[in-house]
Amino acid sequence: MNAGRFAQRLLSSLGVVFGAVTLVFLILNWLPGDPAELVAGEDASAETVARVRAQLGTDRPLGEQYLSYLGHLASGDLGKSYVSREPVARRLAAQFPATATLTLLGCAVAVLVGVSLGVLSARHAGRWPDQLIQALALWLHSMPGFWLGILLILLFSVTLGWLPVLGQTGAALVLPVMALGLVVSVPILRMVRDGMLDGLHEPYVTTLRAKGLGEGRIFYGHVLRNALIPTVTLLGVVVGELLSGAVIVETLFARQGIGRVTVEAIGQKDIPVVQGAILVASVAFVVVNLLVDLSYTLIDPRVRS
Amino acid sequence: MAGSASLRLPAVVGSSALASAADFATDRAAAAAASAVPAAPGALALPSNAVPRATSGAWRPAALFSHALVALSLLVLAFVAACALVPGWLAPQLPTDMRSDAILQAPGLAHWFGTDQFGRDVYSLVVFGARQSLLIGVAAVLIGSTLGVSLGLLAGYAGGWLDALLMRATDIWMAVPSLLLAIALATALGPSLTNTIVAISVASIPRYARILRGQAMAVRSRAFVEAARAAGASHLAILRGHILPHCMAPILVMATLGIGSAILAGSSLSFLGMGVNDELPDWGYLLTQGRGYLTVAWWTVTFPGLAITALVVSVNLLGDALRRRLDPRAAAR
Repeated sequence: MNAGRFAQRLLSSLGVVFGAVTLVFLILNWLPGDPAELVAGEDASAETVARVRAQLGTDRPLGEQYLSYLGHLASGDLGKSYVSREPVARRLAAQFPATATLTLLGCAVAVLVGVSLGVLSARHAGRWPDQLIQALALWLHSMPGFWLGILLILLFSVTLGWLPVLGQTGAALVLPVMALGLVVSVPILRMVRDGMLDGLHEPYVTTLRAKGLGEGRIFYGHVLRNALIPTVTLLGVVVGELLSGAVIVETLFARQGIGRVTVEAIGQKDIPVVQGAILVASVAFVVVNLLVDLSYTLIDPRVRS
Repeated sequence: MAGSASLRLPAVVGSSALASAADFATDRAAAAAASAVPAAPGALALPSNAVPRATSGAWRPAALFSHALVALSLLVLAFVAACALVPGWLAPQLPTDMRSDAILQAPGLAHWFGTDQFGRDVYSLVVFGARQSLLIGVAAVLIGSTLGVSLGLLAGYAGGWLDALLMRATDIWMAVPSLLLAIALATALGPSLTNTIVAISVASIPRYARILRGQAMAVRSRAFVEAARAAGASHLAILRGHILPHCMAPILVMATLGIGSAILAGSSLSFLGMGVNDELPDWGYLLTQGRGYLTVAWWTVTFPGLAITALVVSVNLLGDALRRRLDPRAAAR
């Protein structure tokens, strides 16, 4: 990718982020309920509510609110929480490490499980190990993520007593990471398997066989490597799934993190916090996709030319 | 959509890589079905891909097994549909029936799935929850696919600035992870069954739009479209009578698999407290209710979860079977 195309790609990513900000702003501020009434409390008088409304700035026209929001955003200010009056950026920054740890470990589990099961499945295509893995993938793909989490809790905590459910220790991370990673491993597994099965029928495999290379070397050294290239693209997509999954998993396991903050803020109609959290997720998503595009040009020579 | 995966990828990297992973599986399935549509001139498939791969011997037992699975899926669907239509015939108790003498009882002859913390029969709750869960799946897909397909066909057929505008809009739409978008919408609209359906369907629109746009672009330049236009057919008539029928394969596959993801998304919203409420509990809400009694009553969370999974597995199996019928390449796998 040359500099021109890179700049173009970067610009369009910025445009997408800007659009996402606008979209989320419009959706959330279209809320029928008045956050001022919620913040002021149930017994507040009409004057108090009006004063709170002025304080929050929600009495202004939507266009004005949007422009001021954008203005603040440009200087890195995500606004203040309606409820605690704490800056949203600070609140999210405090929660970010927990969510980053969870999603990165979840991603590692997903890649590890997805690639190894995908390879195993392709290696034994059509025979029982393949069918077993395919059935497992179908089940994982058809389960609500939080139910998988609940089943893991039932098995490993309640019945076997091996792992804690709550807490901030390393052991308490195992179940949430598994719940998150296993669900996301399914698309990786399917892509690796299908990619390898497609690859085995490419002409270059015939060439490799003709020059006398062993089946193992062909399978792992060439076909697997080629099948992993499209899987990198999938990683950008997987991030969206991980971020959505983090909301569920953090709520289920009562963990710290951006997802849990979002859910709490929704309950309190704390719009700036919800808005900030979704914005952070969208930016992470767009940035990872941009990185995937860039890395793709490094991995796949066909794209470079 | 060129037939080979290696040719398709650079396009995916460009701008359409923005989708959730679950959706992505669906999209890939649909794209695969799409490539089964007779190749358009200019989209000549590579010979190695055009010829269905020789499988290692046509093993009949596997074919029988897959037929049996489809039959089983249809049976599950029929039962869920019966629960949704006439729950009173199938459930021994009303879901509102609370029995203080039968609180948190383990599954047994009196209560097949046990009872919950209010002494309600879990089996009856599951039977009465089927309507909500099935409705969320089917209605969200009907709305989402209708709007998405229309937008996609319009963009692909019209081309030019309208196409560019609509595709940038879908880029933005997809930059917000779909569950988060559904959460934002559900928050704005308030928790209810209708709003859950609206939130999930709106979040799914861009996926349909993107696939259908590619389809419409491929079909647009074909001879029969030219012929129809030369014969004086209006744009609407061409879209409805010529382009849409050619895109039915990927739409059917996407919609079937989409029902599964919509049901899962609906249960996630219920779990987060943004879905249906107490009056009309769906299966996701039942799971949330049972969560507090996890350590003492495994049955309150296990059976509603099994119901969701059984339904979604069936729908996904049917979707896969449909794809195999419509896509010879997938069948060879």
